[in-house]
Amino acid sequence: MVRLDVNGRQHELDIADGSTPLLWVLRDQLGLVGTKFGCGGGYCGACTVHIDGRPVRSCLMPVSAAEGVAVTTIENLAAPDKTLHPLQRAWIEHDVPQCGYCQAGQLMSAAALLARNASPSDADIDSAMRGNLCRCGTYQRIRAAIHSAAKAINATGGES
Amino acid sequence: MKAGERLARDPNIRAAFREADERLNSAWERVSRRTFLKLTGLAGGGLTLAACSVKGTDPVSTEPGKDYEFNEFVNVGSDGTILIYSKTPEIGQGIKTSFPMIVAEELDADWNDVVVEQARIDTAVYGRQRAGGSRSIATAWNQLREAGAAARLMLRRAAAETWQVPVDECLTANSVVTHEATGRRLTYGELADKAAALPVPDKAELRLKARDEYTLIGERITGVDNEKVVTGQPLFGTDQSLPGMLYASYSKCPATGGRVAAANLDDIRALPGIRDAFVLEGNDLVSELMPGVAIIGDSTWETQQARAHLSIDWDETDASKDSLSSITAEAARLSKEPGAEVLYEFGDVEQAFTGAARIHEAFYSYPFVSHAPLEPQNCTAWYRDGAIEIWAPTQSPDQAIGSVANVLGIPREKVTLHVTRVGGGFGRRLMNDYVCEVAAIARQVGAPVKLQWTREDDMAHDFYRPAGYHALRAALDTSGSLSAWQDHFITFTHDGKAPVRGGDMRPGEFPEGIIDDYKVTQTLLPLGTPCGPWRSPRSNAIAFAVQSFIHEMANVAERDHVDFLLELMGEPRWLDPGNPRAMNTGRAAAVIKLAAEKAGWGQPLPEGRGLGLAFYFSHAGHFAEVADVSVDADRKLTVHRVTVAGDVGPIVNMSGAENQCQGSVMDGLSTTLGLEITIENGRVQESNFHQYPIMRMHNAPIVDVHFIQSDYPPTGLGEPALPPLAPAVCNAIFAATGQRVRTLPLSKEGFKV
Ligand code: FES
Ligand code: FES
Repeated sequence: MVRLDVNGRQHELDIADGSTPLLWVLRDQLGLVGTKFGCGGGYCGACTVHIDGRPVRSCLMPVSAAEGVAVTTIENLAAPDKTLHPLQRAWIEHDVPQCGYCQAGQLMSAAALLARNASPSDADIDSAMRGNLCRCGTYQRIRAAIHSAAKAINATGGES
Repeated sequence: MKAGERLARDPNIRAAFREADERLNSAWERVSRRTFLKLTGLAGGGLTLAACSVKGTDPVSTEPGKDYEFNEFVNVGSDGTILIYSKTPEIGQGIKTSFPMIVAEELDADWNDVVVEQARIDTAVYGRQRAGGSRSIATAWNQLREAGAAARLMLRRAAAETWQVPVDECLTANSVVTHEATGRRLTYGELADKAAALPVPDKAELRLKARDEYTLIGERITGVDNEKVVTGQPLFGTDQSLPGMLYASYSKCPATGGRVAAANLDDIRALPGIRDAFVLEGNDLVSELMPGVAIIGDSTWETQQARAHLSIDWDETDASKDSLSSITAEAARLSKEPGAEVLYEFGDVEQAFTGAARIHEAFYSYPFVSHAPLEPQNCTAWYRDGAIEIWAPTQSPDQAIGSVANVLGIPREKVTLHVTRVGGGFGRRLMNDYVCEVAAIARQVGAPVKLQWTREDDMAHDFYRPAGYHALRAALDTSGSLSAWQDHFITFTHDGKAPVRGGDMRPGEFPEGIIDDYKVTQTLLPLGTPCGPWRSPRSNAIAFAVQSFIHEMANVAERDHVDFLLELMGEPRWLDPGNPRAMNTGRAAAVIKLAAEKAGWGQPLPEGRGLGLAFYFSHAGHFAEVADVSVDADRKLTVHRVTVAGDVGPIVNMSGAENQCQGSVMDGLSTTLGLEITIENGRVQESNFHQYPIMRMHNAPIVDVHFIQSDYPPTGLGEPALPPLAPAVCNAIFAATGQRVRTLPLSKEGFKV
C-alpha cells in the first residue's frame, strides 16, 4: 500500500513494488497522462513534476519516495478555477508548442524557476531548463514565453 | 531472406518516398481536386443533401437545431459554431491550425467561432491524408479553399432567399451575411438550417479570394490545441486509455532480421503483474512485423521490468551484420577510386577539367542519424469479432491501415484507425511497424492493449538517415567562375542493385542544372540496417557536402561567397520549365541576397567570429541561411544567431511558419553539433539521450526568419529550412578559424559544444 498526495488529493494505492517510478503510477494508475515518458533515464525532462515545489524527474523517482510529500503535475498547474498559470498563457500567446510532447515538462521546470526567481536572466533560464529536451527545437519561444510570464507575474505583484 | 534483400523489397519504405520523389505538383493537385469534385458533384447531381446532411443521422432530414455538414470539411451549427475538420495528422508541423485557416478564410468565418477536429481517415473523400514530404499545403491548397468557398456561397444563397435579394448583394465577413442596402444581417448560425437544404454549388460557380482580400491567411494564429497541450490533456498516442486495457512490451532482435530461436516464456509468465508472454513470427517486413517476444501485463512498468528477466536466443542467420568501422574504412578507400557507375553526366566534364585554371578536391562524409521523436513509438488497439480498432500516432494512417490488414490477413474495411496527435514525426512515423506490432498482439490478447516502446527500443529500431560520402572535385575558369563539378557519391545498397531509399541522389538535386559540365558517379556499399525518410531526405545531408564545397571553391577563387553564389545562379530561370516544384534561380538569388542583408554580411567581426552562408533548394522551398558563429581558443563553439530567408510562396500561418523554420534550424544544428548513430555487428550502439545528445536550450541560437512571399502557389515548410543549416555553420567555422570541417558531427571533430 502506498499513500500519495497528488495535486492536493490523497490516494491509497495497491502497489507491491515500491521501486515503481512515480511516472508510471501517475500515468497508468491515476490516469494523469499529462506527465510524459520520453527516456526513462532522467535525460529529457518530459516527466518533470513538482515535489514540494521542486522540479523532479518522475521517471527516476521510486513511488515509495513520493510518500509524505506533495506531488504536483501539469494537470494542476492552472488554478482550481481553471485560470491558467501565467506561463501557460504565455505559452499560448507565443505559440510555443510544435508537437507539444515536451511542453508539460518544460512548463513544470519553468514554473519551479519562476517560483524561486521572479525575474530570471537568460543564464538563469538556461540553467533551470537544461534538463528539458525539445526535439522540435522550440527553445527560442520557450525562453521568450518565460520572460513574458515573469513580466506578467511581476506586473500583478507576484499574484499568479 | 537476408537482411538487405528484405529491406530492398519492403513496399512501405518505397511508399514513404514515392511522394517526395513525385516531381510534378500538378499531378497531386489533380488527385485531390478530383476527390473533392466527386463529392460535390454527387451532391450537385440531384442528391442535394448528401454532402450537407445532418451530422450522423439520416441525410434527408433537416431538423432545425442540428449541426449541418456543408461538406466533409465544414460543419456550421445553428449555435454559430463552425466545425472544421483537419484531414492530415498533426505531428508538430502545425497543420491542424493552418489547414482550417485556409477553409475559414474562404468561408469568411470569424476565427473565434471555429473549432477544429481531426477528420476520420477516408482517402476516398479527403484525398491525401498523410503528413510527409512537406506536401500538405501544396496538395490541399485548392481543395481547402474550394471547401470554404462552397460553404460560403451556400450561406449567401440562403440569405438571398430569405431576404429575396440578389446573391451578389449578400456580403460576408466574420461569420455574418449582410445586405448593405437594407442594413439586414444574419449570422452563419442563423442561416445554417436553410443553407444546408440548398444544393452544393458547382466548382465553376466558386470565386476564390485574391491575395489582397485575405484577412486570416498570413496572420499569426496560435495552435488550436495549445491550451490542451499546456494543461496536459490526453492528446497523444501514448495518452490513450480504454476500459480493461492491458499493457504490452515487444522485444525484437537488436540486429535487424534476427529470429526467436528460444525464449524463457514460462519464467516471464510467472512474474508479478504479467498476464502472458508469447512469440510473434512476423511477416518478414521490417516496416510491418518482425519476430519478437510480446509481454502482456497490468502496467507499463511491469511489462518493461519483465524484460530484464527475458532471455531470448536469437537466430541471426539472416540478421544484419553491419559494422560501421569497416564501412567507414571501405568508403575512404573507395573515395580514391573512380565511381562504379555514372549516375548523371551533362556537358563535357573531362574537357572542362583539362582547360581549367584551378582544380580543387575534397572528401566529405556524414554519419547515420536517428529520428528520436520525443514520444517513443506506441500504439493502442482493440481486436473484436474479426475487426480491429486502433489509436495510432502515425504520419501515414492510410498506409497503416493497409499494413495492419496485411499483417492480420483481414480486409481493410475491418481496420478502423483513429489518428492521435503525434509527439514528433521527422519521417519516422511514415513507417508503421509499431502499429502492426500492437495489432498482432491485440488479436492474441483479446482485450484492449497499449504497446509502449522504450527510448532504447526506439533508438535500436529506427529507419535511419543513411551515412554518405562524397569525393568532390571542381574547376575554376580563368575568370574565377565555377566551371565544372564532379561528385563520386559513395552510398549504400540493400540488394546490391539500387541505392537505399534516402541514400539515393535524385535527379535535380542541387547543383544539377546550375553547372553545365556536371558529373555524378556512384559506388554502393552493402547494408543490412534499415534506412528511411529523415526530415528533408537526401537534401539534409547532401547540402552539407555541396554547399561547404562551393564555399571552398569561392575561397580558392578568392571571391566573396555571396557574389560567387549569385554568379552561379545566373539569369533568373526555372531549371525544369513547367514544373512548379522545380528550382527557380531568381527565387534562389533573392533569398541569398535577403539572408546576407539581414545578417549584416560583410561587416567586420572580432577575431574568432565569422559568418557562414549556405543556400539550398528542397521540397519546392528556396532557403538561404547565414550562421553567426564564434570559436574560442579552447575550440568551444557558440552559434549566436542564424538568419533564415525563405521563399515558399504565400505564408498561411506566420506564427506556425516561423516556428517550422526555427525548429528546422534547431534540428539541423542539433544534428550537426553532436548526433551520430554507430553500428557494430548489426547493432546500433547508442541507446538513449546520454549517447545521442539532442541539443539543449543553452546551445540554442536566436533564429531570425524572413520570408519572401512570392505569388507562386504555396508549398510546405516542414523540411526545406533544414538543409542549409549544416553548411552555413561549417562555413562560418571556416570564416572564424580557417579550419574546414568535412566530417560531421562537430563534437567528434574536436569542437566543444
Ligand atoms: S522520461 Fe524522465 S527524464 Fe526523460
Ligand atoms: S514541441 Fe516537440 S518535443 Fe518539444
